Amino acid sequence: MTTTIYIPRDAAALSVGADDTAKALAAEAQRLGVAARIVRNSSRGMLWLEPVVEVEVNGKRHAYGPVQAEDVASLFAADFVNGGAHPLALGPTDDIPYLKNQERLTFARAGLTDPVSIDDYIAHDGYKGLTNALAMAPAAIVEAVLDSGLRGRGGAAFPAGIKWKTVLNAPVEGDGQKYVVCNADEGDSGTFADRMIMEGDPFVLIEGMTIAGIAGGATRGYIYLRCEYPHAQRALNEAIANAYARNYLGANILGSGKHFDLEVRMGAGAYICGEETSLLESLEGKRGQVRFKPPVPALKGLFGCPTIINNVVTLASVPVILDKGAEHYKNFGVGRSRGTLPIQLAGNIKHGGLVEKAFGVTLRELLYDFGGGSASGRPIRTVQVGGPLGAYIPESQFDLPLDYEAYAKSGNMVGHGGIVVFDDTVDMAAMARYAMEFCAIESCGKCTPCRIGSTRGVEVIDRMLAGDLPVKQEALLRDLCETMLAGSLCALGGMVPYPVLSALNHFPEDFQSQPQRARAAS
Amino acid sequence: MKTERRVIPIKVEARSTLTPQDDAAVRTVINKMQDMPGALLPILHGVQDALGYVPKDAIPVIAQALNLSRAEVHGVVSFYHWYRQEKPGEHVIHLCRAEACQSRGAVALEAHAKAKLGVDFHGTSSDGRYTLEPAYCLGNCALSPAVMIDGELYGRVSPQRFDTLLEKTAEEAAS
Repeated sequence: MTTTIYIPRDAAALSVGADDTAKALAAEAQRLGVAARIVRNSSRGMLWLEPVVEVEVNGKRHAYGPVQAEDVASLFAADFVNGGAHPLALGPTDDIPYLKNQERLTFARAGLTDPVSIDDYIAHDGYKGLTNALAMAPAAIVEAVLDSGLRGRGGAAFPAGIKWKTVLNAPVEGDGQKYVVCNADEGDSGTFADRMIMEGDPFVLIEGMTIAGIAGGATRGYIYLRCEYPHAQRALNEAIANAYARNYLGANILGSGKHFDLEVRMGAGAYICGEETSLLESLEGKRGQVRFKPPVPALKGLFGCPTIINNVVTLASVPVILDKGAEHYKNFGVGRSRGTLPIQLAGNIKHGGLVEKAFGVTLRELLYDFGGGSASGRPIRTVQVGGPLGAYIPESQFDLPLDYEAYAKSGNMVGHGGIVVFDDTVDMAAMARYAMEFCAIESCGKCTPCRIGSTRGVEVIDRMLAGDLPVKQEALLRDLCETMLAGSLCALGGMVPYPVLSALNHFPEDFQSQPQRARAAS
Repeated sequence: MKTERRVIPIKVEARSTLTPQDDAAVRTVINKMQDMPGALLPILHGVQDALGYVPKDAIPVIAQALNLSRAEVHGVVSFYHWYRQEKPGEHVIHLCRAEACQSRGAVALEAHAKAKLGVDFHGTSSDGRYTLEPAYCLGNCALSPAVMIDGELYGRVSPQRFDTLLEKTAEEAAS
């Protein structure tokens, strides 16, 4: 009997040796004459255990990890192909608490399938949403997305259905072209959910974009992918080619008369291109400078045409909504934050990885129940939620429920759901300085508060730490932050004050200058 | 709304001082891509993939093909961190400086890498082997610090592992 062995091709797994492990597995199976079929699946999301090897025993998958190439011989010796005991054995994969306690809707297939196999995708409930959508009127699709309560998962949390409705009803000019653009410029530190979707389940994104095209009346789609993600580029291109070959893309999709073309376009290392208008400029072949709004992209977007522009996770959440219904999706979550959020546990965390949960989960549950505390074993001092423009949250706020409104009320932001953990060795003044430095490097230069304010911010923090009139410098820094917050054109300059001020407010002791610290010590 | 591309009938200078091979490579990329909507970024990627960088002398050629000014093309090349205008070393190392990597020792790794290679960011080691570039997130934030060498991603990169990875690239080059 042939045994099926799974080992991920996800970039994170490859980064810790999955390819070597896969090669060793194949070689050892051949040497021992074990009939094995090795499937390169995607990661289940337990990244700290990568490379995770799974073996199917009586239809149930058993996990082992982390498996390095040198562990392979001992795995075979322990009869792992029949689920044998081994120090790296993790038991049946679905029973691992980290996975068992999640609510996976968008990531339902993560790690279960061969990412670029369309048959595998269909066998795991893929393309059911599209099949339903093809039988619906565009307005009914938009209504379903509206009813689901799905909000933009890229960070701004704007209701996706409203964007779609605007595009559907947008007056068209000329040849009537409309576009669907996927924002795959996942530049926030601490986030990798988009990458995992694109590498691990690219068809769900393709399906979501196709549905968006049908709903909005758009026949062309672009995925604007950051160039730091070459693995995702390969997976997407392979999946798109397979979708074309089976008529899930192109003309007359599945005989419906609907047309949708899709193409991947690469960014070029500019963080600002994650901002939607700057992304559109970049797609048009220009410098990625932020546009003034209005007009909103839904009315005048790519090449001046009505454009649905959404983040990867937003679009990848659409198929399950169309498959299982808006009600089903909406029943997860709290308040106005409906559905689930793929949360990324990153940085100094013992069990880093992907946790998809309904809104309402607290940071404490995520950090300790899922995350297992810090990787270094030292106390967690702070976490940054929502990327480089998110606030640093102190331990006193760890019971905050994950909910867009609750976060906004306490001066924090959910963003793209990335949580970066820091232990007590972190220097918060250095982090605040880095936030300003990052903004200076990545500013598009269009508006003054961001372009100049970020550089001045670095200088003010430097003077403050050097003990050069620190009280005055602090007042200056706060004033500068207020200017940037109120006067910047987009979220880059407008939100960089969040990490800076939260560091300053919650951890003022780190901002004491050397002379001040010396005085305090004596 | 798509507008017709209007070619202004002015004789623009498109003299290329590229070597014949480089010139051919640039023109191949242009011919393949110039009719794409928003072709400039894909063309620049194509040139950089072929030559390792976007030579200054390729700019007038690209500008003429797309009916843009040289300033516009230069503006795009210089806006994006990814495009390089100098020939890189044999191997390009992207070292992540972002927060998740900092929480696991990226600052120390950065100092180690710079000292080891004897360069600052954007620099190429004197033996021409390695170019060191900063990255602001490689998407490997649960297995930080992260480094990318020639498009291959590596996680949990301690200074020791960094040295091992360098040796590996050297061995692969030798074999």
